[in-house]
Amino acid sequence: MAEEIRIVQPKEYYKRFLEKDVRPDNRELAEFRPVVLNIGCVTTAEGSALIKIGNTTVICGVKAELAKPDADQPKDGFIVPNVELPPLCSSNFRPGPPGEQAQVLSQTMADVIADSQCLLSESLCICPGKLVWVLHIDLVCLDYDGNVMDACMVALVSALRNTVLPKVTVDEETGDIQTDPTTRVPLQVTCCPVATTFIVFDNKLLLVDPTREEESMATGAVTIVTEGDNLCSIYKPGGTPLTENQIDNCIERAFTHGREVCRLIEDTLLSVDR
Amino acid sequence: MAAFTVVKKEDLEAQQKEESVQSLRCITSELGPLTQPDGSAVFTQGDTTALAAVYGPADVKISKELIDRATVEVIYKPKVGLPRPVDRKLERIIKNTLEAAIMALNHPRSLISIVIQETESLGANLACCVNAACMALLDAAVSMNFMVAAVSAAVTDKGEIILDPVSRVEDEARAVLTFVFDSVDKNIVTVITSGQFSQDEYKKCLYLTKQACDNVFSFYKDSLSKKLLKSA
Repeated sequence: MAEEIRIVQPKEYYKRFLEKDVRPDNRELAEFRPVVLNIGCVTTAEGSALIKIGNTTVICGVKAELAKPDADQPKDGFIVPNVELPPLCSSNFRPGPPGEQAQVLSQTMADVIADSQCLLSESLCICPGKLVWVLHIDLVCLDYDGNVMDACMVALVSALRNTVLPKVTVDEETGDIQTDPTTRVPLQVTCCPVATTFIVFDNKLLLVDPTREEESMATGAVTIVTEGDNLCSIYKPGGTPLTENQIDNCIERAFTHGREVCRLIEDTLLSVDR
Repeated sequence: MAAFTVVKKEDLEAQQKEESVQSLRCITSELGPLTQPDGSAVFTQGDTTALAAVYGPADVKISKELIDRATVEVIYKPKVGLPRPVDRKLERIIKNTLEAAIMALNHPRSLISIVIQETESLGANLACCVNAACMALLDAAVSMNFMVAAVSAAVTDKGEIILDPVSRVEDEARAVLTFVFDSVDKNIVTVITSGQFSQDEYKKCLYLTKQACDNVFSFYKDSLSKKLLKSA
């Protein structure tokens, strides 16, 4: 019987649970789903990571390429994050060019890299005006069960921390490019931004780390990106208006969660040998 | 019938002179500059200008139809070129903001379409677009739960906070925060930030923008009453 109500009256179904301060998957309102992180799982990529938050799965691979820098910014390399939401991950997506949500996610990833300054584009410079690295950061969602933004962010940071590039030198006189595959240089990733997403249910309750079902019923969402003790981004695109206190509350929880995820990434990185 | 808000030249100069750190730039607007849409508005904040047009409630494509509410669609046109992912994100932010404000449940199976043309982007562009869209919605007499007012603030390297920054300040700033408030309880509808900032700076920006949003709301009221008095 319960399953039928869940399909026909999902909102009522959820309300019954939330009245008792619990969610249908046995979580409390402020409880996160278990996170599994696997770093360095794609051997053909320069750096990679696979993350599972509950059922949500995102895989990230970093590929590096050489290119000539733009004339007006001769020292800046290129960082190109791209989020893919293929039909494989959910019935909401169709094959073809990236949809609106995928484009917005890709842009958000680029914004977070720029805002947190975790990877400076100057650090990708090999020879000013002549040669720089292009980093293609491909994020593919394999299973879409809500909260893809947080998952993408962890995958992105872990993959960048995992990335090593071969040493490349340019001969000043002849302009020849020499690659030394034996020496490998890790990227200079200076910090570890972590996103925490909350949704607003029924215009009043705040739920952390939403599933797909919860997201579809949400009347608003807030994503807070923290980096150590600083805020990188507060992203609340419309939805139910929230009071200052509610947002402050979210920020506090985001800081705690941010530290936990950072520790998880550090621990996982230590266990990876390259 | 277009209604202009009259801004005296002396007032304008005085305002620009005392444009201290904590005031909004001069706001002007024109309601109904376009004849074909159901409502339109030009909104100018300092040198930043946006033009918004509203069609609706109108027919909706079956693929976009929602059976219990109106579909809200926002199209953002950048000044040059085709919309890039940055513009798509802006579009999504404005759409979600207005969706909260519009009483979509009143018009099931219909479309409310909002077209925003970036005219001059010289600082606080997002805020200007949201305000222009809100004025266009008011001009089209679309029923709304509340009005929205957007205000931007920049945090400089020294930790100073500058309200409604011009583009030069935005470029040099460590962080730029844009807040959108509702007109009923002054709660936060939207927060969009770029750059790094501390919790303390966030609170200061919130406090200042919240105070400044009252100016925008009273501006809406003034310009609308001027227009209605003229047409009466």
